[in-house]
Amino acid sequence: MSRYLTALIAIVLREALRFVHQRERFVAALVRPLVWLLVFAAGFRAALGLSIIPPYQTYITYETYIVPGLCGMIMLFNGMQSSLSLIYDREMGSMKLLLTSPLPRWWLLTCKLLGATAISILQVYAFLAIAAALGIKMPVAGYLTVLPALVVAGLMLGSLGLLLSSFIKQLENFAGVMNFVIFPMFFLSSALYPLWKMAESSELLYNICAVNPFTHAVELIRFALYVEFNGPALFWTVLAAAVFTVAALWGYSPRITGPRGRG
Amino acid sequence: MIRSAGLICCLLAAPAAADEIWVTNEKDDTVSVISIDTLEVIATYPTGERPRGITFSKDYSVVYICASDSDAVQVMDPATGEILHDLPSGEDPEQFVLHPNDRHLYIANEDDAITTVVDTQTRQVIAQIDVGVEPEGMAISPDGTIAITTSETTNMAHWIDTETQELFANTLVDSRPRHAEFVHDGAQMWVSSEIGGTITVFDTSDQSEIGKIDFEVPGVHRDRVQPVGFEFSADERTAFVALGPSNHIAVVNTETLEVKDYILVGRRVWHMAFNADKSLLFTTNGVSGDVTVIDVANRTALKSIDVGRFPWGAAFRPTQ
Repeated sequence: MSRYLTALIAIVLREALRFVHQRERFVAALVRPLVWLLVFAAGFRAALGLSIIPPYQTYITYETYIVPGLCGMIMLFNGMQSSLSLIYDREMGSMKLLLTSPLPRWWLLTCKLLGATAISILQVYAFLAIAAALGIKMPVAGYLTVLPALVVAGLMLGSLGLLLSSFIKQLENFAGVMNFVIFPMFFLSSALYPLWKMAESSELLYNICAVNPFTHAVELIRFALYVEFNGPALFWTVLAAAVFTVAALWGYSPRITGPRGRG
Repeated sequence: MIRSAGLICCLLAAPAAADEIWVTNEKDDTVSVISIDTLEVIATYPTGERPRGITFSKDYSVVYICASDSDAVQVMDPATGEILHDLPSGEDPEQFVLHPNDRHLYIANEDDAITTVVDTQTRQVIAQIDVGVEPEGMAISPDGTIAITTSETTNMAHWIDTETQELFANTLVDSRPRHAEFVHDGAQMWVSSEIGGTITVFDTSDQSEIGKIDFEVPGVHRDRVQPVGFEFSADERTAFVALGPSNHIAVVNTETLEVKDYILVGRRVWHMAFNADKSLLFTTNGVSGDVTVIDVANRTALKSIDVGRFPWGAAFRPTQ
């Protein structure tokens, strides 16, 4: 058992060290949502207030509305970033070292997933702190109750990144991930606008948004930030996480990657 | 002995009635009663047509309601919601104020350009005072010596001597004055001007203008910033001003007359009422048909409660 723990600590520490050494990555991870919060949201400020939808009890400004969506955005980009680092590891050969360890491959990949999730949660809390300093505050208890929601959302998006990395052979192909995964997932969700607003313009787009697992991750975070539980969002996020994890483990199994792994 | 014990048990077991906020619904011809404990509507009672102004008698035994399109002030039993009788009010009563003697109602008759004074005990009109065109806002000094009527079209605050029931001064204010209140033991009198977008502050002793408050809600066009109802905090250092279709309440420092903050509430916020210790403020939002509850200490909106269509006036009723 201690070998498992040693591997977990080593992999999570490696992720943390990589994150600390890449300060520009941390800054970039914060600048992206802050640009959305300060520039994009300013254009759509909705100074007269958005209609009341759960979990909000009263009228809110657009800045307040998009904060949970931007938390999800941080986790989405981080999940993809960690998949990028896996492809990089594979190209540099360090993946080979990792996967040839005597520990089961599923455990090693789970350690990678946990490491990536922990890093993205740190980024989300840094973003929430800056948002609070800018006057966009959540209920105090919400900063605590959001933690489990962030863990679930982080695992779901991290496992998606893991799944993608098992199928992408070269770093250059990652641009396709941006166009075909990140952008559609982000824009076809409730991160930027309430789903009822989407339903007004297109029923089809609304239905796509409603089945997008990222929508459920964002709603899970949104409700948790306001100390409320969203059962359906939790169910769909956990289900998506389980499906992505199983598929990623299958993608990384020796039968698929070859006896020495693709790396 | 056993019956007495049973009665005591029943009283102990029964939940204590919560204080209430009463809200007139202009388009529904009803009043909604909100429990301050649960922040939910616990009763809705029918009224005459187009209820607007609402106020309680000093002992809260009756509630007076301006049923504007019924041309009556209705007297309701707040315990049952039953209309007890109507008072003669003159045409189109919109707002009123109860004299500190708990007997005389000063009523603004919007269509007749008069202020009607009604004795609530004898149910007789005791005076009708000519004022400017479309009178609306009504206020009375804490000592009961001065009543104020504001006239929307004449753009004036009319100062009435309650001893003689005659005007003794008229002061110009900005366009469409809507609401008036005395503050600091009657030393100052404030008038909001809806179209002018200001509040004018007067020195009561000589009716001179002391200052003017301007409002500018970030991101909202100036035309939408229309001050209407306002109330003062318990220490009177802060005023809360409803800014109509800008959907915001302004928080004003009453010493410097500077706006300190804006709080987002529902659509077309009109009037408001505090709870007993003035820790919560309830604003009526006409277009969105709800009442927003504000945490006064933190200056944050806590919740918006659906009431009837076009909520207009609000009044507090203690039940404990």
